[in-house]
Amino acid sequence: MAHGSEEGLGFSSEDYDSLIATTDVELLKRTWRNEKASPEILQFQASLVQRSREQIQLMEDTMEEFAKNGTDPLTVSLYQMDLDRALFLLRSYLRTRLQKIEKYFIHISKSELWNRLSEQEQKFAKKCTDYMEKHLQKSVLSHLPYGYQSILRQSISSEEDDMVPEPQLDTFVFCKSKGSVGAFQLDDSGDEIVDLVADDLYVLRYKSIKALIESEQIDLV
Amino acid sequence: MAGQSDPHLSLFSSAEVEFLAEDETVEIVPNMKMDALNFLCGDYGPFYPQITTEVPLWLAVALKKRGKCTIRPPQWMSVEKLTQVLEAERDSPREFQPLPFHYVEISRLLFDQCQFLFIDNSARDDIPDMYMVRSLIEDIRNVRFHKVETGLETISARTHAVKLKNLSAMEVNIVRPFVVRTLQAFYKHDSPQMIQHPDRMANRQPQVADRGPRRDLRRR
Repeated sequence: MAHGSEEGLGFSSEDYDSLIATTDVELLKRTWRNEKASPEILQFQASLVQRSREQIQLMEDTMEEFAKNGTDPLTVSLYQMDLDRALFLLRSYLRTRLQKIEKYFIHISKSELWNRLSEQEQKFAKKCTDYMEKHLQKSVLSHLPYGYQSILRQSISSEEDDMVPEPQLDTFVFCKSKGSVGAFQLDDSGDEIVDLVADDLYVLRYKSIKALIESEQIDLV
Repeated sequence: MAGQSDPHLSLFSSAEVEFLAEDETVEIVPNMKMDALNFLCGDYGPFYPQITTEVPLWLAVALKKRGKCTIRPPQWMSVEKLTQVLEAERDSPREFQPLPFHYVEISRLLFDQCQFLFIDNSARDDIPDMYMVRSLIEDIRNVRFHKVETGLETISARTHAVKLKNLSAMEVNIVRPFVVRTLQAFYKHDSPQMIQHPDRMANRQPQVADRGPRRDLRRR
């Protein structure tokens, strides 16, 4: 969307522009992009999804009206394209999240990531866990010798749950920051400090920029 | 790219990158009258014959396909501008010239349109010197990609972050799997946890023929 360059409104003109000009589709697009590019599941954007659903429903009702009162086919097909595009974003967003849940359901159930799921996703994750546990118990674990029957640990002597697949937070991601982010620490040892300039493309470790993504200062590409 | 064994690392398919590019706006000149369109993604129009208006690329292509408009090529898609960019790319081996983020996808979508209608000659006005522009963009792509490949060779173990100023969306998507795997491998092998008890290791290793440069395995 357009970025204004007028000054003097008291808060940055980009904020103002994004307040008035950003459609939900645009927000959905950004959310979709971040979710796709991120190795772990991000916070579910409940209100955005709800609003998008409502708008899509309204549009579908409008399309029915068009069909009834015989609007010209060109207009109808153009509206249909716009609707399809929005639907794609929404569906792909939900599907990407479901894929992540399927991959990491145990890890998600046992960590604070659980709070990032929507209610329906939580039900889905619970079902995944139940079915998987039952299936593995029945087909494999009950046949293993005592001490190795846990779904979470390799054996009773393991100190922690070492059989749980976890998302790779160390992976590198491509990102762009919306505004400049000043001296920024890249890793725990404080060795690497990086300045992020607005709109430049960087490849960084996901872990280092997790917080910035949550506070929406950085977008994944 | 070769050696890409994990398809999931590319994250976005080319089609999805194109999808993102289709929201970029472009100018069209309609040849008909049409009421305003109130889309979910924004409001466009109303459309009057011969009055230029700005619409998203996907809409422009849809209208063009149905013969309802002509598309005005964006400012940066002229022979002069692109020749400048190409020369600048060739002259600066370590920098990328600023180009629209989706220049590859935008030019591809526009060329597809022109070629399709080239048959009935009405589209020849759309992009003047279409062939010249096309070959310039191909050259620019080649030079840039070659730069990317050379740049990748300089990634070493001490690389914690990479800055890719002015790289475009399609280029990012193509190198993504390779860059991610490379940086991850370097990060993993460079991690201080991997280097334990260097003295013990040094004593245990029998002397063998030099297998090439070994980095940081023996700390003094």
